[in-house]
Amino acid sequence: MAEPVKLIGCFGSPFVHRVEVALRLKGVPYELIEEDLNNKSDLLLKHNPFHQKVPVLLHGDRPAVCESLIIIEYIDEAFSGPSLLPSDPYERAMARFWAAFMYKCKDSMWIALWTDGEVQAASAREMKANLTLIERQLPEGKKFFGGDTIGFLDIAVGGIAHWMGVFEEIAGVHLLIEEEHPALCRWAREYILDETVGQCLPDRDRVVAALTPRKELYVSIAKAMAAQK
Amino acid sequence: MAGEGDLKLLGMVVSPFVVRVRMALHLKGVSYEYIEQDLFNKGELLLRYNPVHKKVPVLIHNGKPVCESLAIVQYVDEVWAASSPSILPTDPHERAVARFWAAYVDDKFFPAWIGIMRAETEEERAKKMSEMAAVVKQLEVALAQCSNGKDFFSGDSVGYLDIAVGCNLFWLDAMRKMFGVVVIDAARTPFFAAWADRFRESDVGKVALPDADIAAEYAKKIQAHRAAAVASK
Repeated sequence: MAEPVKLIGCFGSPFVHRVEVALRLKGVPYELIEEDLNNKSDLLLKHNPFHQKVPVLLHGDRPAVCESLIIIEYIDEAFSGPSLLPSDPYERAMARFWAAFMYKCKDSMWIALWTDGEVQAASAREMKANLTLIERQLPEGKKFFGGDTIGFLDIAVGGIAHWMGVFEEIAGVHLLIEEEHPALCRWAREYILDETVGQCLPDRDRVVAALTPRKELYVSIAKAMAAQK
Repeated sequence: MAGEGDLKLLGMVVSPFVVRVRMALHLKGVSYEYIEQDLFNKGELLLRYNPVHKKVPVLIHNGKPVCESLAIVQYVDEVWAASSPSILPTDPHERAVARFWAAYVDDKFFPAWIGIMRAETEEERAKKMSEMAAVVKQLEVALAQCSNGKDFFSGDSVGYLDIAVGCNLFWLDAMRKMFGVVVIDAARTPFFAAWADRFRESDVGKVALPDADIAAEYAKKIQAHRAAAVASK
């Protein structure tokens, strides 16, 4: 009898989406518990007292697994099903490197979206250069970073496919442009069209509506990041 | 070890991330060629094998580079899986917990001590020390959870999380010499302090942790470099 899997998430989070894709690709049934992050439940505070963030994965009675990419590696290792990470150690190291790179990009992406003037322009240039580096990791003639099917790196980068457009709309800034990154844009379309992804991709307009009220918060975070640089 | 192929490590003597990788290689008993890099004058090897970040460590295995210290440690663990010890735990949940805290070390612990190092006034240093105190307290909790009363984060012997944290220790010792600050205080975080002592005395600690004085000297070099850069503007 399989132990129950619960995923604590919230609507519109790209990090929660990552975990949902991983669970679905692996064929693991789960219960999604949606949090209102303005009113955190006792469940969330108990299981992730530390960061109080989503996603949080509960597998049976085990203590929570937190941090989306760490959760995905856990899913890959704890459950049978198609592998999410490559099987070759070098390819795995590359996938982990580029997933870590995505994490490092978050500051320049955020500053490029939510600030203005020269600070914004410099970060936009940096972010576009980062997108080029990521784009180059797409294997020649394949739909996904993982090859013919979605893999770990597709999931790590997947936020860009859907949420970049959302943030660009709210911010009024364009970072991912067809002429500048044709291969990455093509990848983004393939990602969105994937059947498994489609099962857990939140409706774009609903996400825009949910995240637009957070714009001021995003701006203040971006300003703090810019000040730290 | 025969048949392991050509293995090189681009490093810098006082980089904790490089020390971390050297610890992993030592745990596995793997031999390699170490090539010290001048980070003030980055050489062709470094620029070629880590063009994205131009940072150390870079492990070059049969001509193919692996970057990001935690990715390198996991790579070493996987390629030399046949050699014991296993650096990461075998249980998936324990692996997830180890990865979580290792990420915490790089996201919070490392920047916290860098902040202490770079503070320009006593007041700023005191502020950074109190920020660090919260982080150290968390690691005390993590140690209790992970070790289950044993000597190391990984249990009876040194493993992934021990080297993820432990590679920073010599810099904490250097800061004690330079500024008189005690980051891991036995009075406040007794388990963590005891772990730090055990780690320093462990085989991998003794072999791979550089002398605190070397770190202190390097800190002076960075400071001089920064002062020169400011003066020339």
